[in-house]
Amino acid sequence: MENYIEVRWHGRAQQGVVTAAKVLGEACLHSGKFVQAFPEFGPERMGAPVRAFNRISDEPIRLHCQVTDPRYVLIADPTLIGTVDVTAGTPEDAVFIVNTPKPATEMRAVLGIKSKTVKVFTLDAGKISFETIGRVMPNTPMLGALAKATGFITLDALVDNFKENYSKKFAPKVIEGNVAAMNRGFNEVKGE
Amino acid sequence: MAITMTKGQAGLTGNSAIAYAMKQINPDVCPAYPITPSTAVIEEFASYVADGAVTTELITVESEHSAMSACIGAAAAGARVMTATSSQGLALMWEMLYIASGMRLPIILTDVNRALSAPINIHCDHSDSMGARDSGWIQLYSETVQEAYDNLIQAVRIAEDETVQLPVMVCLDGFITSHAIENITLLSDEEVQGFVGEYNAKTTLLDIDHPVTMGAMSLPENYIDFKFQQSEAIARSKDTVLKVAEDFEKRFGRKYGLFEGYRLEDAEIAIVILNSAAGTTKVAVDELRKKGLKAGLLRPRLFRPFPFKELAEALKDKKAIAVLDRADSMNGFGGPVFNELRSALYDVPKRPKVVSRIYGLGGRDYKVKDAIAVFEELKTIAETGMVDTLQKYITI
Repeated sequence: MENYIEVRWHGRAQQGVVTAAKVLGEACLHSGKFVQAFPEFGPERMGAPVRAFNRISDEPIRLHCQVTDPRYVLIADPTLIGTVDVTAGTPEDAVFIVNTPKPATEMRAVLGIKSKTVKVFTLDAGKISFETIGRVMPNTPMLGALAKATGFITLDALVDNFKENYSKKFAPKVIEGNVAAMNRGFNEVKGE
Repeated sequence: MAITMTKGQAGLTGNSAIAYAMKQINPDVCPAYPITPSTAVIEEFASYVADGAVTTELITVESEHSAMSACIGAAAAGARVMTATSSQGLALMWEMLYIASGMRLPIILTDVNRALSAPINIHCDHSDSMGARDSGWIQLYSETVQEAYDNLIQAVRIAEDETVQLPVMVCLDGFITSHAIENITLLSDEEVQGFVGEYNAKTTLLDIDHPVTMGAMSLPENYIDFKFQQSEAIARSKDTVLKVAEDFEKRFGRKYGLFEGYRLEDAEIAIVILNSAAGTTKVAVDELRKKGLKAGLLRPRLFRPFPFKELAEALKDKKAIAVLDRADSMNGFGGPVFNELRSALYDVPKRPKVVSRIYGLGGRDYKVKDAIAVFEELKTIAETGMVDTLQKYITI
């Protein structure tokens, strides 16, 4: 079958996972890849579980169905674990990145992952974003963490793309805060 | 929305690409009443208007019925007019759709395909535009963000061609295409302007030196003659669609036809399917070809006028065909595309077996395995020459 990198983002409405998927897609496109970034919409209300997806490839992407077995899963809100099936369809070499102050070992147990080939990473993205951006926006540090944990996108690509595409839209302070959040996400993510 | 450029490519959602094409076309008038999932088209286009990036008069109306009414008024006055809608919005435009085409007004409408209520649903199927298939509008369907953008730009030339003078509907899949960021190659503003040219309506209500009446009462002594001319015009538009596509390819290098065939020529079995699901089907075709199965795909781009001769020619040698409709013609003879395609094949010397499969209503996911299951069925039909189930729902 097609050789795509597939990513699934879990969060709650207003936590920015749809934007995160968009920014990741743009950064990969910036690096010369073919991309898809799309949300899954349900009833619109604050705090409702939201999913967003990426496909990334060296070839044009023809699939237009949902992403059902992503290798990479990012969880912006750990309270979703147990409510939403965050591990659904994930393969033996899956990589999970969870926004939580807890260590990866503990999250592995919470996620119910027994396979040793599955990797789990954690970072306190809420705290990082509060300290860098000034409000809780876990998506931005998680992008930095994704670069560190997976390597399919570089931190530089994320930062360059963000500066280039959003400098017109946001004040310099907001750009700086987000770049700092990506950097700290990259540096502070830990896993096993 | 930020437009990300790299190696000549940008990353845009279908809605953003449509809004951007509208910006580049810079229509005279855009009456609109936003509705999910086409909302962002108007939202982003309104930003272009507010920023002074276009000179369009944006008219915010109180309903879709009024939106289409305002389109008709503005087009009758000689303006280049565009709007966008979905689902119930298109349904509410219904009576005005017929007036737009009957008055021969080259209005451009983007329909971001969405299911019709009830039950209420915001996701993709084609029941909205399929319901409008007899309204006299030309209909173009789009597989990707790129094609939606390219179709919209071509639609202007098709609609305004003096041998056509008819409204055009450009359809793309709600959420799947409208809300997904994909790679797209954008044209420059100058390229788009050069391609669409300036619009000078031949007859307009505001030309007081040459007064005309439009949409007047027409009784049995001439109504049918109007309709005959309209029918001839939409039939002729097929050639215009090709002519415009040819010029588009010459200028910008992207080729479009009345339909797209994928590994179709030597195929023995084929799926016929519209819009984004064709991409997923292509992946299934490749999978099955690896196993030696001669599978192929035909994706109609032009549905109105229905290019029945060309489709029959492309499919006449196939053994078995499944037409997958993302809309049901309730209690009709299969889905709308099936019904017409099967009829188109009636006159070929050796008729292929043709079955109807209704899929993906209200946004139900259509996966590679669904396409493969249909091909497996077709394989059996091709081998035995027997059709077990002529029409059924799949993805349920």
